[in-house]
Amino acid sequence: MKHKKIADVWSFLLLLAGTLFMIAPFLWTLSTSLKDKRNVFEIPPKWIPEPSTFRNYTDVWEQSPLLNGFANSFIIVVTVLTIGLFVSAMSSYAFSKFEFPLKSVLFMGLLGTMMIPYSVVMIPQYIGFSWLNWVDTLLPLIVPGLFGNIVVVFFLRQYLSGALPNDLIEAAKIDGASFPRIFWSICLPVLKPALAAQAALGFMGIWNDFLGPLIYLHTPEKQTIQVLIASMQALYIGQSDYPMIMAAAVIAMIPVILVFFFCQRYFIESLAISGIKG
Amino acid sequence: MKTNFSGYRRRELAWLYLFVAPPVIGFLLFGLAPMIFSIYISFQNWDMLSAPSGAGFDNYAELLKDEKLYKSLFNTVYLMIGIPIGMLLSLLLAILMNRKLKGISVMRTIYYLPVISPIIAVSLLWQWILNQDYGLLNNFLWEWFGMKGPNWLGDPDWVKPSLILIGLWGGIGGNMVLYLAGLQSIASSYYEAAEIDGAGAWHKFTKITVPLLTPIHFFVLVMGVIGAFQSFSQIYVLAVDGGPEYSGGTIVYYIFQHAFEYFNMGYASAAAWLLGILIFIVTLIQFKLSGRWVYQD
Repeated sequence: MKHKKIADVWSFLLLLAGTLFMIAPFLWTLSTSLKDKRNVFEIPPKWIPEPSTFRNYTDVWEQSPLLNGFANSFIIVVTVLTIGLFVSAMSSYAFSKFEFPLKSVLFMGLLGTMMIPYSVVMIPQYIGFSWLNWVDTLLPLIVPGLFGNIVVVFFLRQYLSGALPNDLIEAAKIDGASFPRIFWSICLPVLKPALAAQAALGFMGIWNDFLGPLIYLHTPEKQTIQVLIASMQALYIGQSDYPMIMAAAVIAMIPVILVFFFCQRYFIESLAISGIKG
Repeated sequence: MKTNFSGYRRRELAWLYLFVAPPVIGFLLFGLAPMIFSIYISFQNWDMLSAPSGAGFDNYAELLKDEKLYKSLFNTVYLMIGIPIGMLLSLLLAILMNRKLKGISVMRTIYYLPVISPIIAVSLLWQWILNQDYGLLNNFLWEWFGMKGPNWLGDPDWVKPSLILIGLWGGIGGNMVLYLAGLQSIASSYYEAAEIDGAGAWHKFTKITVPLLTPIHFFVLVMGVIGAFQSFSQIYVLAVDGGPEYSGGTIVYYIFQHAFEYFNMGYASAAAWLLGILIFIVTLIQFKLSGRWVYQD
């Protein structure tokens, strides 16, 4: 027993040291963002900014259309998640609970698309969207997402095959419920926890996406928050204005961290449901 | 009765095809069609301003002669050194966390925080931390160990180690959660039986824990390799123009530059195909080899 106690203490100390290494960069960013430009280069570095100022935040907010950036990111996330998840739920229901001609061919074909790296379709997609005059609009980042996501379909299908009993569907059929009706009032409520988990993951993925938005969005007012923040680098690093950049980084992180804290349960659940056993 | 039933079935089939149609159409429009188009473009010279002109195999030949392509491939593979290191660290963390200690859930959240943080913001903050003269890391090395830290992002020899360090910081929390779930699914009877046989902690680790977690090792490895092949955002911020002597440019960054900075669409498509085939082959090999070492119940 005593042996175990000592092991516990060592584990705790090691984990604590690791925790400090993980959190230090965040705290340092926060500290730098509150410093005056003249005090950034003090050696040894000071953790508590003295004097501290919010100037960097207000300046960054004024000099860059961050509000537009948030709005653009938000529009993409909300449309892609609501419509995309709904559409994915529809096809996962069909794939998991019914037999129909060509089913396995279609499903295997879709799974194959998971193997296509974005960089292969990125260039032809760009050419296609520029023919449609969609460059510098949010459409190339929204429209492909509206057709559902095969990874999500796969995940929801696995979930449904365990969580939705066939008898329930049969009983509803006998009661005369139509196909869309059964989907709406029996399947969707069962899917709710899985959808919430996918929404949490999807939010992070879309919100933090960079390569797509970087290629398509050129006017600052039309850019997503990530592209705007990345362009700060060119703007301020030349002047070594680290407090400004760190303030921008903090602003970009706040929404994700908030969502994470409020939805932590769903993140853990999504991992538990997908369970790697797949 | 029979006609009624088949009427229902016919309507059901119509609904079914309607329900599966969106992802299938999405795949045709945004997956298959671009892929085929991309093969065509890779045999053209095209800057998107003038009409494309046939190039035969020129793009591919030129590509294979470009020193930067090999550099970017080398860099991409070099950065994968971080994968086994990360697997080991996150497994050790998970083992330490798999105890009932005070404050463990707070710590788990903190380890996970970098995983969910936007990679652009994270790259910007590391750029500041790794600053040669005023960065936090070099100051720490000097004050605690009297070591003069390198010019992390400015020295060609140190760019890749820096990127690996940042990748570890950003990734181990995610894999740790996976390993933790795996550890909790190992039945304690295995360990009890081993204890009766007098096995020590090291034996239990190498003979029970590690083998029983092979499905997770496999998952983490495959996803890690695919992710490494696709790494771009951190390079864009931390190794501008590929970094000093192109020491940080990855293959996706190389493709991006040729497509969207030089507007050499044919050449970039050829490079993209090279990458696609590479990912395909490596993933295939991993699945083929997995039968030899991944333990299945």
